[in-house]
Amino acid sequence: MKAVSAVGLHKGFRATPVLRGLDLAVEQASLTAVLGPSGSGKTTLLRVIAGLERADRGELSLAGQLVDGGRHFLRPERRRIGYVPQEASLFPHLTVEQNVGFGLARQLRSGPRVAELLDVVGLGGLGGRYPHQLSGGQQQRVALARALAIAPQLLLLDEPFSALDPSLRASVREEVRGILARTGIATILVTHDQEEALSVADQVAVLRQGVVAQFGSPRQLYSDPVDLEMARFLGDANLIEGIVSGDEVVTPLGTLRRRTSPGSAGTPGPAVVLVRPEQIVISAEASTGVPGRILHAEFHGHDSVVEVASAAPQLPGTIRVRVQGAANVEPNALVTLSASGEAQVWPKPAE
Amino acid sequence: MAILASEVELPGSVRVRRRVPRGLLVASCLVAALLLLPLAFLLLEARQVGWAQLFGLLFRQLTLTLLVNLVGLAVVVTALAAGIGTGAAWLVERTDLPGRRLLALLLVLPLAVPDFVVAFGWVSLLPAVSGYGGAVLVMTAGLYPLVYLPVSASLRGADPTQEETARTLGLGPGRTFWRVTLRQVRPTILAGCLLVSLALLAEYGAFEILGYQTFTTEIFTEFQVGFNAPAACALSLVVVLIGLLVLLGEGTLRDRGRMARTAHNSRRAGPRLQLRRWRWPAVAALALVVAVALGMPIGVVLYWLVRGGSSTLPQSASVGSAAGHTVLYSAAAAAIATILALPVALLACRSPERGVRLLERSTYIVQGLPGLVIALALVFFALHYLPFVYQTSGLLIGAYAILFFPLAYVAVRASVLQAPVALEEVARSLGRSPWQVRWRVTLPLVAPGLAAAFCLVFLSAVTELTATLVLVPTGVQTLATQFWAYTGNVSYGAAAPYAAAMVAISIVPGILLGRWFDRRPAQLGAPR
Repeated sequence: MKAVSAVGLHKGFRATPVLRGLDLAVEQASLTAVLGPSGSGKTTLLRVIAGLERADRGELSLAGQLVDGGRHFLRPERRRIGYVPQEASLFPHLTVEQNVGFGLARQLRSGPRVAELLDVVGLGGLGGRYPHQLSGGQQQRVALARALAIAPQLLLLDEPFSALDPSLRASVREEVRGILARTGIATILVTHDQEEALSVADQVAVLRQGVVAQFGSPRQLYSDPVDLEMARFLGDANLIEGIVSGDEVVTPLGTLRRRTSPGSAGTPGPAVVLVRPEQIVISAEASTGVPGRILHAEFHGHDSVVEVASAAPQLPGTIRVRVQGAANVEPNALVTLSASGEAQVWPKPAE
Repeated sequence: MAILASEVELPGSVRVRRRVPRGLLVASCLVAALLLLPLAFLLLEARQVGWAQLFGLLFRQLTLTLLVNLVGLAVVVTALAAGIGTGAAWLVERTDLPGRRLLALLLVLPLAVPDFVVAFGWVSLLPAVSGYGGAVLVMTAGLYPLVYLPVSASLRGADPTQEETARTLGLGPGRTFWRVTLRQVRPTILAGCLLVSLALLAEYGAFEILGYQTFTTEIFTEFQVGFNAPAACALSLVVVLIGLLVLLGEGTLRDRGRMARTAHNSRRAGPRLQLRRWRWPAVAALALVVAVALGMPIGVVLYWLVRGGSSTLPQSASVGSAAGHTVLYSAAAAAIATILALPVALLACRSPERGVRLLERSTYIVQGLPGLVIALALVFFALHYLPFVYQTSGLLIGAYAILFFPLAYVAVRASVLQAPVALEEVARSLGRSPWQVRWRVTLPLVAPGLAAAFCLVFLSAVTELTATLVLVPTGVQTLATQFWAYTGNVSYGAAAPYAAAMVAISIVPGILLGRWFDRRPAQLGAPR
């Protein structure tokens, strides 16, 4: 039984369709990221699942129970869904304790349950404060505790980390993942940050124009994107030309194994090949490979991305290469590039 | 019924559209219709009089005289109010003026003293203060806070980096003020000026005391003394036309002023300008303004209170019973106006759709209608169609509620913005029914604003004179009518207690209001 099962969901506002026949299945106790650019329908999907909007067409079931479809519609307060909106949206007139206890029955509000929940999110002792006395990260965690208080069957997080500054974002994200793993509640996380989606989620659904364009584990999405657009959307992509022959694809950077996933081109002939920056090696010696000239290096701390100009006609003007730690390269130095591993391949579009 | 939909810009630039709640829509339409009733009644009366007779009444020397009187006064008073209001705001907000916190409070207080009391203060002591000169003095003193208040708020909220940038680009403090600061607050100043004009258009009591003839005094005379309803109606139409024109200008400026506003989080205050040897002259100038606008009327009222005075009028109502009526009527009107404002504010804040915005705008029209015109329109209607409501307290309370709806609306709207829909949605997802959500989330968040709206209307109704004189039930005396009766009879000593009671009663809501405005930043979660 799926925690969430959506079949052919349609939702539009006046003449503008937002969801156009969306299908989605979320496993119990899993963390699913819904990833997509602005306007792709992420927030609308979340609001339909929460019951804050009613779908125009299609069916939505939660834990096997039909909640939206045909003449059925279960009101939001009956769905037992913990909803954490973008801005935490704590009730400003209530203390932290009262916020967390909001969804509980009256006799439970002053009991140990609220204190337990505050401990779970690491805010024990702050129950008497008001929301404006908390930092952004703390507010976000109170909102999570408030949603967890009703023992939800599903948690919906709408870009919960976007309001936090980058240094805080990673730590809060990790904490939240830990809490979700401990509680075992199925969770849908909406985000437009692909790094966040890939690093946190068990499954990622990429939304594009109101439908799920691809659904799978972060690794699948990264290595087997269904099309060129998806390849570019999910991380740095070098798209180079090559020739498919059998299980291999021959490129100027070397011969790579062809991935045999759906969408991958199997027919021999010219093709577009996705080579991720970490698959490419820079060498100072004039060994096998393509000659190139170093343009510059972006230092990210844990690694660096080096941009290299290449004159080969089958290659894009600049190639991005990821190296461990600081890149030991000088601008304008002449190098050679070579690639290895597996690569996703598409037929070369006709010109 | 067509379903209106609206776009709500959410953070993260995701557009979500919501349906307009039907109940709210219906309630708001009813409120808008109620507010437009006086205008409709006035037109109905005009039709009954007949356009031919109306034109005869309008195109005569009198109308021109009144127009010249009004414009002549409006130009000078507005210019003076703009100069004093802006100058005072700049001194208090942007310089190291000594005692600026106390002055900031004293400069606003004249708003709580009705203009007819200011006029009373001057005339009862110095009968020479009258006519045009007297009107300029009294009205400027009474109305400059309408410029001072918004401009000082605007200066406080303006982005100091613009001025700092101008200084780094080589402009001195003086040229920075002219070329940057004044530009920033110019729409606010102009909007304040239009409010001053509207107030001048609506004022009756002060002009009557000062013996300065304008539309309101003439309308009042035609109606109360000459029982000439057609003439009163014709002149009212002119007043309404002028009022709506001014309002139109104000609306345009309000939209433009919005662009000048800066981001919420840039609330850093810039360094204050050193006044050096101009410090004490500046303090003296502001002290003079406070003395004329506040010290003089309050002082004179106290003087007459102490001196006492016999009256030739029979004592028809004690201060206590008059105060009782005033409080009763004002409180009832305040409650009604606040309740009426709520659905419109909820609808306007949550469904910023074009149709809804038009509905909201239509409620602004009331601002352009002087109390005298609203009262007369209700009288016309009652006399013709519902004679049994004429001279009842219900009609007076209704007139107050319509007249002061805009005040209630401003406060209620501000508080509804404190209760975003997102909070209600979260509450729903936490398992609460719509009614529980309203009770436990929306109401507590909106309550301070409702209280503020109540206080604002109450304060204004307590000191309302013109509509009260027209609509007060026979045999009933309020503080304002009693004060007026004694003043008209030159029994200043007997009138003083009623003026004192009015000011005293309006101070309590005034203080509550001040505390509410102080509390608001904390609620918004702004850094303190």
